[in-house]
Amino acid sequence: MVTNRGLMFLIAGLCGMLLSLPLFAGPQIQSWHTQNGAKVLFVAAPDLPMLDMRVVFDAGSARDGDNPGISVLTNALLTDGAGEWDADQIAERMASVGAELDVDALRDMAYVSIRTLTQPKPLATAIETLATVLSQPTFEVDDLERNRQAMMTGLRREQQNPGEVAKKSFLSKVFAGHPYAIHSGGTEESLPAITRELIQSHHRQYYVARNAVIAIVGAVDRAQAEQLAEQVTRDLPAGEHAVELPQVEALASEEREWISFPSSQSHILMGQPGMHRGDPDYFVLYVANHILGGSGLVSILSDELREKRGLCYSVYSYFSPMRRNGPYIMGIQTQNARVDEALRVMRDTVKQFIDQGPTEAQLTAAKQNITGGFPLDIASNSKIVGYLAMLGFYDLPLDYLDKFVSRIESVTREQITETLRRRVNPDRFITVVVGNGEKTQEGS
Amino acid sequence: MNQKLRTILSLALFFTAASALAKGAVHEYTLENGMQVIIKEDHRAPIAVSQVWYKVGSSYEPNGITGISHVLEHMMFKGTATHPPGEFSRIIAANGGDENAFTGRDYTAYYQTLSKDRLGVSFELEADRMRNLSLPEEEFLKEVEVVMEERRLRTEDKPTSLTYEEFNAVAYRSLPYGNPVIGWMNDLKNLKVQDLRDWYRLWYAPNNASLVVVGDVDPAEVLALAKKHFGPLKPEPVQAVKPLREPPQRGVCRTVVKAPAKEPYLIMGYKTPVLTTAEEGWEPYALEMLAALLDGGDSARLSRNLVRGQEVAVSAGSSYSAFSRLPGLMLFDGVPAKGRTIPELEAALRAEIDKVKSELVSEQELERVRAKVVAEQVYELDSVYYQAMQIGMLETIGLEWQVMDEYADRLNAVTAEQVMAVAKKYLNDDQLTIAVLEPQPLENNIATSQISGGRHGH
Repeated sequence: MVTNRGLMFLIAGLCGMLLSLPLFAGPQIQSWHTQNGAKVLFVAAPDLPMLDMRVVFDAGSARDGDNPGISVLTNALLTDGAGEWDADQIAERMASVGAELDVDALRDMAYVSIRTLTQPKPLATAIETLATVLSQPTFEVDDLERNRQAMMTGLRREQQNPGEVAKKSFLSKVFAGHPYAIHSGGTEESLPAITRELIQSHHRQYYVARNAVIAIVGAVDRAQAEQLAEQVTRDLPAGEHAVELPQVEALASEEREWISFPSSQSHILMGQPGMHRGDPDYFVLYVANHILGGSGLVSILSDELREKRGLCYSVYSYFSPMRRNGPYIMGIQTQNARVDEALRVMRDTVKQFIDQGPTEAQLTAAKQNITGGFPLDIASNSKIVGYLAMLGFYDLPLDYLDKFVSRIESVTREQITETLRRRVNPDRFITVVVGNGEKTQEGS
Repeated sequence: MNQKLRTILSLALFFTAASALAKGAVHEYTLENGMQVIIKEDHRAPIAVSQVWYKVGSSYEPNGITGISHVLEHMMFKGTATHPPGEFSRIIAANGGDENAFTGRDYTAYYQTLSKDRLGVSFELEADRMRNLSLPEEEFLKEVEVVMEERRLRTEDKPTSLTYEEFNAVAYRSLPYGNPVIGWMNDLKNLKVQDLRDWYRLWYAPNNASLVVVGDVDPAEVLALAKKHFGPLKPEPVQAVKPLREPPQRGVCRTVVKAPAKEPYLIMGYKTPVLTTAEEGWEPYALEMLAALLDGGDSARLSRNLVRGQEVAVSAGSSYSAFSRLPGLMLFDGVPAKGRTIPELEAALRAEIDKVKSELVSEQELERVRAKVVAEQVYELDSVYYQAMQIGMLETIGLEWQVMDEYADRLNAVTAEQVMAVAKKYLNDDQLTIAVLEPQPLENNIATSQISGGRHGH
């Protein structure tokens, strides 16, 4: 049995080590542009005979305009028919060589990704399939109808989930008037109005080389990676990068909303517009939030609400940095009877944190956690490809990961209090509570 | 012919490469106190995952204390004689670690992922809480509230989860798989801290645990570290578990769940054997192959025929796992497409099942699954966590980690005839349970009201 003192010694030892650590190098990132203007970020990962590639377009739901849902619908339809192939044939081609093909569309990004073995046949098959779904989707009417109906069902399923109901309402209020307010799944009114022509036009405008970032991680060398990036973008027109999104306005006043829902728990969200990728305050806010509600069970929010009071299973806060200021969200779910208590403690906790900032011990612990955990963040190909897509998409410098640890190390308590006071204003939070509807019968 | 031959040859080639990688150095030891230590080297990144697996989970629980294994998992973070509540997590966090725990039907496991030079920190803390947990009552009273909130979040307010819970409760007559891992709400409400103390004493001992480490480590060093921290722990007599089996089911069984919801949902399950119980060793692999043919991605039959094709489902799935301590189920589930009904979806799923019973699946389809299995063997190596999971899970359900190495071979050897044989033998009405979610009105939801001025503040 080792005593407490032994552990304290270990922690003290760690503290010293961090200060004397050499620069924590991230993976070696190489970057270039394809002939028609797509930006490529590449990391060679020779250990496993596999390759991940993600092609990201500035074509998320922030580009929906008057047609909420069109970005998700367009993105989903890419793999349902392209070139000579229908959905069955695309799926079979990939499956026959053990390759995976995925699509997704968020608010900023819409992407298509592959994971494949690097033996010649699977690699060639996967790359050719990817190139074709990006440039020659057929958008057949039958596929459009089926996907439209699936999205309509998705909307109804969201309505039966109190967490989804809360999030949807919260985001629409935080971003009121901004394209980020658009629900990426569309609405029951917007989806039926999306035509094949609108989708084709959306694809023509946004799925172009200059609006694309290609992230590659795998067992290929630079020359091969260049060739693969050219193959994938070969048939994409150069086009233009999407126009700049407007800034997100800060909230003018506090707003609270209660949505009645027949659930045993109430879902509470509170927050405001937060920060963007490349934000000058990024690292300070990141560390600050880590201490407040971003570090799981050891965060202040978790300590106050879960550990001390047993109010919830999950309480958290996070910044979701995007092209423009993404949401800052604090969330909790608690039994209906304890909503008032949860709201009060959440508010008091965040206000006190902004007033007083972290203690030196809290700041040190947070830095140790973030910097000590950095090797975990870049320990797999799938994590690295996600980083590459993010860095490329948001035009962050290639040495971002190399400097990550020293940026975190340099954050001070004074910076945290000054920045929080300037950037986070609980007196103007949006608060949404979903629950406390008709009494539901709890299981027994 | 030529094309086909090439495919087979190239598949053989991937397979050799993949399995050579997957079989990368695994070292197995047993400490003198009976604790098993399994170490797998993976030198791609300077990290390691450490997992401690206990042979206890919800399937070990008698009625009245369902959910106790999971509550105990929560309490394992609530302090020992030398570390106050919450300190475990704080120390791991300060060492840059990522940690958590999970409880299943057949196991409870605790893990930390850390920089490889911090393994000692993790071992020291895990060894301490294996034998010296405090279980203070005041912490228990708060934590059981947390677990009830977890149950509300995961089950009470999720109509599809409620349906799945009801489905299991009806499908199993004798096996404890009929109880939810998180426990029934009534049992949680009546749980006492003494129950947890008894449960802890019964199962938390080195001779009922496996330590699994995967990462950039030297096995000799890890073993020495394990001996140092876990070696001194005293073993306990651990009671032998009874060989539970389901009595034969003698006809289809249906149940309905009414809950506020917008969309109906269907679950069907057939009683099936698993590797630990099968009379014929190939059968579980044939069932795995069958599940993959039906639901192994977009090219598989359910996606192709039910979601596309007939457009009877928005989503339709099939799953089976050969890996559990007690026999389980092959499951089917789905949400009907707009304008289609639950009976239509059920008929369509049954038609797919009938087809597998009456027509041999094509060699081409089998090859697609084989290609996927072979590729996934490589993809799985991208995660040290997943590799450790596989080893720990196999050991804890009563198999050996070596099963992982045979898996692809055994699956790839399954023939079309064997797939048909298991479908005929197991996927029949007498072994079928069906649960349907019947949505009830959500009533006035979305009738929003603006709260002006502090109704909920202060």
